[in-house]
Amino acid sequence: MTATPTSQLAERAPTIVRASAGQRAWRALMKAPPTAWFGLVVVTAYILIAVLAPAIAPYPETELVGNAYEEWSEVFPLGTDQLGRDMLSRLIYGARNTIGIAFVTTALSFVLGGLLGLLAVVLGGWIDQVLGRAIDVLMAIPQLIFALVLLSILGASVVNLILIIAVLDSTRVFRLTRAVAMNVVVLDFVEAARLQGEKLGWIMTREILPNILPPLVAEFGLRFCFVFLTISALSFLGLGIQPPTADWGSMVRENATLINYGDITPLLAAGAIALLTVSINFIVDWFLHKTSGLKE
Amino acid sequence: MSAGDALLRIRGLRIEGQSEDTWHEIIKGIDLDLKRGEVLGLIGESGAGKSTIGLAAMGYARPGCRITAGTIEFDGVDLARLDEAAKRKIWGARISYVAQSAAAAFNPAHQLADQFAEAPLWHGRMGADECRRAAVDLYRRLQLPTPETIGDRYPHQVSGGQLQRAMTAMAMSCRPDLIVFDEPTTALDVTTQIEVLAAIKDTIKQYGTAALYITHDLAVVAQMADRIMVLRYGELVEEAPTAQMLSNPQKAYTKSLWAVRSLRKDEERGEQPLLSVKGVSASYGAVQVLHDVSVEVPRGRTVAVVGESGSGKSTLARAITGLLPPTQGTVVFDGKPLPPALKSRSKDLLRRVQMIYQMPDTALNPRRRVRDIIGRPVKHFLGLGGAALDRRIAELLAMTELDEQFMERLPSELSGGQKQRVCIARALAAEPELIICDEVTSALDQIVAEEILKLLLRLQKELKVSYLYITHDLATVKAIADEIVVMYRGRVVQSGMKSRVLSPPHHEYTDLLLSSVPEMKVGWLDDVLARRRPGANA
Repeated sequence: MTATPTSQLAERAPTIVRASAGQRAWRALMKAPPTAWFGLVVVTAYILIAVLAPAIAPYPETELVGNAYEEWSEVFPLGTDQLGRDMLSRLIYGARNTIGIAFVTTALSFVLGGLLGLLAVVLGGWIDQVLGRAIDVLMAIPQLIFALVLLSILGASVVNLILIIAVLDSTRVFRLTRAVAMNVVVLDFVEAARLQGEKLGWIMTREILPNILPPLVAEFGLRFCFVFLTISALSFLGLGIQPPTADWGSMVRENATLINYGDITPLLAAGAIALLTVSINFIVDWFLHKTSGLKE
Repeated sequence: MSAGDALLRIRGLRIEGQSEDTWHEIIKGIDLDLKRGEVLGLIGESGAGKSTIGLAAMGYARPGCRITAGTIEFDGVDLARLDEAAKRKIWGARISYVAQSAAAAFNPAHQLADQFAEAPLWHGRMGADECRRAAVDLYRRLQLPTPETIGDRYPHQVSGGQLQRAMTAMAMSCRPDLIVFDEPTTALDVTTQIEVLAAIKDTIKQYGTAALYITHDLAVVAQMADRIMVLRYGELVEEAPTAQMLSNPQKAYTKSLWAVRSLRKDEERGEQPLLSVKGVSASYGAVQVLHDVSVEVPRGRTVAVVGESGSGKSTLARAITGLLPPTQGTVVFDGKPLPPALKSRSKDLLRRVQMIYQMPDTALNPRRRVRDIIGRPVKHFLGLGGAALDRRIAELLAMTELDEQFMERLPSELSGGQKQRVCIARALAAEPELIICDEVTSALDQIVAEEILKLLLRLQKELKVSYLYITHDLATVKAIADEIVVMYRGRVVQSGMKSRVLSPPHHEYTDLLLSSVPEMKVGWLDDVLARRRPGANA
């Protein structure tokens, strides 16, 4: 064999027809199991309801439009609450408030926990230790009780609610990010980036983050459920989203007495919470299955 | 048991593998015959279907694979038509399997002897006491140290070579008729490999066990097999008795396989030193791994650092690059001392020393396209952008013999050799003066490795770049080095021009290393062992 001249390429790339991201997503969707479809449809419906709330709700969110505890009727499809506000409208606005606040909280906890987790992994050493132990301390206190205490001290406003839950939840995100990033940071391409003098930010966002994204996205779904449930629980206990803002957790509490009279109306809010939680779990399961590359 | 009768008879075997939801044929009609007590070597590059055939010989298809046609007659029974329960009675008892990585095949939570006993107890071949005696006997035959007590150890308490022999012992526990060896020595150092090869060869001969020996290493298969089948793309290329196959290969592909490892470079003496490592010591925590190491790399030349795993080769690279600042000694680059820690080096210094890694799979970020991988250092170090950047990327690809189409590829869409070329292009992008190559060909098939070596040689000629080439493979050293540094347990035991180090008198360790490299001739293993034995037994 003679030496290959530069002009003669040893490796010619056969043109591969790569499906666009959209095409691949569509193809994956077509093969998704019914549970995933169910989850996707439900979540999409919730989002649409949340976004279009003012357009589809028959009455405003906080206006007293009838007598207290009216029965289901043509005027008030799901009756009215303890103050005479339309139940259906409050359910619809509740989607907007509960989901919106939960989403912002989860996003914040991911930014915080993810950033600290990546820092701990990339810098290592004492920074990793200090962050790790601080997080341990936060995690040692039961989350709901801690949140209750902090809300009592700082006052129950939406901003406080978001900040407190985001901080408490970011501990879990930190743990996950650190664990998955640990496996990536030891790979040669990260070392190669270090050897080329790449800055911390580049290593974190370009080299590591894209490679740990699938588990983080899945975790986002699950965390969202937990945050959402925590907020609902806090609202049910009276320290979450404050009246007159419509919110599913407080709606259950405010109308709980109706259960005694065989009226299922308060359960509708609880059902809305349950349905969303189940749907998100279906989607996350499917997503994890796709990204883990398991073959049946 | 007469030597003449057939043990395994495979006819028209076809296997399909699934990728991206479509089935592709990966084994395209293979016929294979194996007599009792015979060793058949299966060789070929990765993707040739060697391992798939090896597993199919047990009636097994990996998840994601399916046997679509053909018969696999083992001692008169067609394994392809047998149900799981019946196959399980045969597996472990009459056919067993030795995997490439013993470390991954042993359960780390159980002692070796307990794992040895699993199959015989399950198949009801022996009682517990009998198992223990059989284990000691096999450990002795396989020349493991302290055969009476080594079974009490856990997998992490023995070395890689010992573990591979313990695994062979485990495979032989039920005295099977057939053992499938899948690259059993590929992960071992040459000095260890030779012991394991000898132990396996002796023991299967004594027991009269037939074997399928799968490897990509021709020199190894020449020692082990009675007959060789050369495979490519799931098809048979040719088949012949070992001696005939070595001396007189018929097909062009086989000839090209044989021609590999014949690459030689004439050494040239270097003029001025580019890198001088002076009396460097380094440690991981309390463990000192480098002891007073001095190495000099002349401009435009290649210095090969040779030694087995644990000799401190890669640590030397880490000390030079600044990932592990030395505890003693200095590294001088182009006349000026290099700051020990990576952090205190200037961008320009970082640019001038680049590194290429052993595993191209982990050296490339799987989420970034080739364009970004190669483009980043160009942008970062040389500040190019826009059309100039694109031109440079294309140029770098052309230098590494890849065409422009590769720009938009992700690493997962490249073969092993192509990935390594991209790694080389990334190193070249910084326009370095020194490239540290850490075992860059050892994860590649021999033909591909040869292409990469040729590429490195050509680039050196064109760009006058220096290489510090870390390897355990002496054939590679002969192909690429001007000077050689032999390392053993963190110390330099010998160094000098290639011809000087490779010709006697050697340092004792260099001699062991040199004589352990398998050669492509029948009977080499027996010769070496015969030469070594008197000394070893004394």
